[in-house]
Amino acid sequence: MTKMNVVDAVKSALRNELKKDKRVMVMGEDVGKNGGVFRCTEGLYDEFGPERLVDTPLSEPGIVSTAIGLAVNGMKPVAEIQFSGFIYAPFDQLISHAVKIRLRSSGRFSVPLVVRTPFGGGIRALELHCDSVEAIFAHVPGLKVVIPSHPYDAKGLLISAIRDPDPVIFLEPMRVYRAIKEEVPDKEYTVPLGKAEVEQEGSDLTVISYGAMLKDVKEVLEKSDYSAEIIDVRTISPLDTETIIKSVEKTGRCVIVNEAPKTLGFAAEIIARINEKAFFSLEAPIERVTGYDCAFPLAKLENYYLPDEKRILKAVNKVMSQ
Amino acid sequence: MVKKVIEDFKIEYLQVLDENGNVDKDLMPDLSIRQIKELYELMILMRTFDDKAFSLQRQGRIGTYIQFKGQEASQLGSAYSLEDGDWMFPMYRSNGALIARKHPMHQLLQYGGGDIRGLKSSEQINNFPISISVGTQTPHAVGCAWASKLKNEKVVSLVYTGEGGTSRGDFHDALNFAGVNKVPCVVVVENNQYAISVPRKKQTAAETIAQKAIAYGVRGIQVDGNDVFAVYKATKEAVDNARQGNGPTLIENVTYRLADHSTSDDAKKYRTDKEVQEWMKKEPVIRLEKYMRANKLLDDKYKQDVARKAKEKVEKEVEVYEKIKDPDPGDIFNHTYEELTDNLKEQYEELKNNIEK
Repeated sequence: MTKMNVVDAVKSALRNELKKDKRVMVMGEDVGKNGGVFRCTEGLYDEFGPERLVDTPLSEPGIVSTAIGLAVNGMKPVAEIQFSGFIYAPFDQLISHAVKIRLRSSGRFSVPLVVRTPFGGGIRALELHCDSVEAIFAHVPGLKVVIPSHPYDAKGLLISAIRDPDPVIFLEPMRVYRAIKEEVPDKEYTVPLGKAEVEQEGSDLTVISYGAMLKDVKEVLEKSDYSAEIIDVRTISPLDTETIIKSVEKTGRCVIVNEAPKTLGFAAEIIARINEKAFFSLEAPIERVTGYDCAFPLAKLENYYLPDEKRILKAVNKVMSQ
Repeated sequence: MVKKVIEDFKIEYLQVLDENGNVDKDLMPDLSIRQIKELYELMILMRTFDDKAFSLQRQGRIGTYIQFKGQEASQLGSAYSLEDGDWMFPMYRSNGALIARKHPMHQLLQYGGGDIRGLKSSEQINNFPISISVGTQTPHAVGCAWASKLKNEKVVSLVYTGEGGTSRGDFHDALNFAGVNKVPCVVVVENNQYAISVPRKKQTAAETIAQKAIAYGVRGIQVDGNDVFAVYKATKEAVDNARQGNGPTLIENVTYRLADHSTSDDAKKYRTDKEVQEWMKKEPVIRLEKYMRANKLLDDKYKQDVARKAKEKVEKEVEVYEKIKDPDPGDIFNHTYEELTDNLKEQYEELKNNIEK
């Protein structure tokens, strides 16, 4: 066991898989000698060399499209997109090809590709660095969308993502890259994709969140008098509906917290599934606490955009008052 | 102060067999009589299939079909230079190349008829499924070739795109990544003069497509794409170079799309009969026949035999195609992921119930 933050955990997962499987390679901008702008690959270049820690030309579509070809021909590329707002350019390659090659070839070819990118706000970053893109990708059949919220899961989920036979978008919450430290095993382990985690059991209400917001949710609810069941979604797609439904059936009340824009954000899908499967267990309408339907603001205003203690508590009190 | 030329470039053009059937003996590639006959027979088969598929579409027996008429030499000469273990990345107009690479013709019709299973290639030959989105497949071939290089395999990837496809960023990414990583890849641009209705001159101000290679530090050559010998020679050289570790090549096959863009298009709206007639004189099959007749490789009887056999083969494939059972409705969920997710299992049940009711 070592005390690791999310950056250390990501690096530990990459190192483990690079060591274990010679098909694994990491490619992207500045991932080699520089060790990545967040240092997620620091030291790996010296350990594994330029063929496996590849500094690519500066083109996100080029990274993803050639990674697709590499994956088809037996490699297991882990492509890094430096910031989430730069993932729009290769979107065509992901939606038109990465997820369709298995179908097009009737299963002969597949694309075991991981695309890692930091996302989310709260670090006073530049424009296009903070976009929460999970719902956009969750709408694409064939993609898996994974979001760890703390170091232990970051390592276990990333190892699972690299070993997964399908393309995975791995979104790393920037705000907690270094904000959470915890004991993480040095040896390998996996956290399964497609399984949510009940972070904390409770009986009054269910609070569902993921990524950086999960830490805030836990802190806020710790201070409240309610017994909250907190669920970390972990895999946005495919969604673990069962864990959510089971909890809502128990508590009858639900708040969903995420920082993406509200309209058609992932909270909407969770609400729809609860309506389909657990509507009659509900004691109160479901509340969602999200970002607003506007561009992610620059540093001066980002705190007004991100769900905060006040907004989370307001929603919690509202569902509890009914 | 210094002012001097620091870079200068030349682009070669290759033609071996002219439109009158004359061959430049010094440039003639190493092909046996048997191979020349095989090339001819394949070209006749390709055209017979193309014509038949067009008429099947008109009769409503398949859906939209994309003809490759006029591009037989460009597709055959290049595909013929590959080994089965090499990778080929076709585009939607590459049915000719797929036939040359042994993809069953009934499967091409199956795909044309709206059944995705038609794209599945045999395990013995690395034919990738076709790309509908123009030019986006080009960097896949580069990544694939990159993997071969990393695995120390002497395997080459060849990709087809059109001159329209060279306008896309994917073309730039492909050539750029290919050059930087020196991968064993051959990019074949079939410059057939039109991207649906938009003429070649509107795609790029560059004099040739081939010269675009220079900017990426990659070899480039322009070839008479209606000359099967020249296409074979240039591609074979590029494939050999790639296999030996000498990196990628860009080949521009100058050819002409004799048919409409697709069965939904009418080319008369944007080009003249006169222009088409001019290109008809340069088309690839007649000049090969002229050469073979002059060299006593072809007489009337052989020609008729080849035509008859091609027709029989294609008819047989049509029969096979029309006996293929429709896919199961539940197949729509297959291959979304390696395994069905819980969500998809639920939707599969829902579909089944909807059908039963």
